[in-house]
Amino acid sequence: MTGSDTAHEIVDRLFREEQGRAVATLIRVTGDFDLAEEAVQDAFIRALETWPERGVPDNPGAWITTTARNRAIDRLRRRRRSIDKIEALGRETAAEQELAATDPAPAEDAMPIADDRLRLIFTCCHPALAMEARVALTLRTLGGLTTPEIARAFLVPEPTLAQRLVRAKRKIRDAGIPYRVPPAELLPERLDGVLHVLYLVFNEGYAASSGDELIRRELCAEAIRLARTVVSLLPDEPEALGLLALMLLHDARRDARVGPNGELVLLDDQDRSRWDATRIAEGTALIEAALAARRPGPYQVQAAIAALHDEAVIPNSTDWAQIATLYGTLQQMTPSPVVELNLAAAVAMADGPAVGLAMMDGIVASGELDAYPYLHAARADLLRRLERWSEAATAYQRALELTTNGPERAFLERRLAEVRRPATRPS
Amino acid sequence: MQYALLIYTPEPTEEPSQEDLADQMAAYDAFTAHLRERGSMLAGEALDSTATATTVRVVDGRTITTDGPFAETKETLGGFYLVEAADLDEAIAFAAMIPAVKHGCIEVRPVWDYASVGAGRPATAAAQH
Repeated sequence: MTGSDTAHEIVDRLFREEQGRAVATLIRVTGDFDLAEEAVQDAFIRALETWPERGVPDNPGAWITTTARNRAIDRLRRRRRSIDKIEALGRETAAEQELAATDPAPAEDAMPIADDRLRLIFTCCHPALAMEARVALTLRTLGGLTTPEIARAFLVPEPTLAQRLVRAKRKIRDAGIPYRVPPAELLPERLDGVLHVLYLVFNEGYAASSGDELIRRELCAEAIRLARTVVSLLPDEPEALGLLALMLLHDARRDARVGPNGELVLLDDQDRSRWDATRIAEGTALIEAALAARRPGPYQVQAAIAALHDEAVIPNSTDWAQIATLYGTLQQMTPSPVVELNLAAAVAMADGPAVGLAMMDGIVASGELDAYPYLHAARADLLRRLERWSEAATAYQRALELTTNGPERAFLERRLAEVRRPATRPS
Repeated sequence: MQYALLIYTPEPTEEPSQEDLADQMAAYDAFTAHLRERGSMLAGEALDSTATATTVRVVDGRTITTDGPFAETKETLGGFYLVEAADLDEAIAFAAMIPAVKHGCIEVRPVWDYASVGAGRPATAAAQH
């Protein structure tokens, strides 16, 4: 491996880890998202140019932030020269002095920098911004994903996403969205908003339905990284711990849930030896710590459910009774027909298919999930297990009408063929 | 920063009773007093019903007036406050105290800053320093 390769790798890794930090600090000091992003980008380009030759500095993160600060000062000076407004000049000069006066990366004092990132997360996830803008802005400014990467991840045209980012930054500036960690009375509500954005980012990365596998992996990694940041800065918030645990406990199964041809492998059929034991251990420890605070919330409950699945070495050893209890709790916290369906499926595993089927029939009667393929597929499965073949076939057909995903269709068609000719079904 | 808090409510179909009206006035007086105490009150008025509105356009130099508001909507602009607030969070907190927020909604709009023309707006974070 050549020296230049090593420097490139360090810059690459550093970019993921440090760019959010540097951008956050420069936004605090300059109040200007674009200036901060451009200056940090400049600094990384500079690192790529100089490190292979001169070697990597002792504290690369501090080098990046200091270089970015100098680039920001340069850019402000250049901008000032092209501005003739007196008031504007006064303002830019103030920002410039502020920049020159701060040492943005004192190595021994990391805390104020960490605070900058926390501030930035709360600003990017402010409820006055549209949800999709919050997600895009968080990934762009804190995660360091590029606009084309985010556009690909969310299947939107690049110009649309670029426009979304421009509008969001403009609103932050012009509507006076504050750059701060909210005061105590707003914190619970705002933290919920931040966690929800990270949850959406993770889900998008975890969903098997869309997008390019590499980008989706990156989304999950980014959501986990940002959740770690929130947890490290707000260690006493059990829901933040719960969300990080939830992500890790799901991510642990990532390699096992995709088959050799990219198809989704159901939980029961996964090779559990391919689950990531380190992630499971970390996630389990986190959820235990969170639950010990005795302030339960929906993320903690979902993480506890994921932990129970992860603990089962074989599908048959899954503690379904406990999982059913937890879904019941979740249903009380955040009532939704989808949670009710999960509850019914867990009850069917714990107490037998007839009990679960009665609950699912109730959901069918309410009509709320009629267009949800998993309701019909789950119900079909219980009917199959109860050997009510023709009803099972009808339910599988309904699920098939609603399913577009190829591997899922193949699975449903196989089941449908089985229940139509029960004599030939595999025992 | 200055913000306009625009109050949108469904227009009442019947005259409110004297009692209700007095209650409403008292609630608004209390809110206005709170703004004044904090030095945040710049202006505020209630508007008469949209039945009294006239919409004006000038087309080809001719002034054309039509009876009624510019758009028929379920909720109509019934009044406004102009407040001074540190940031959007404070403006939102004020908006949430306006009595009408319980049956209508408040649109929070920053007042445009003339000084920023051509030079880029002052950024919030920098302005706080």
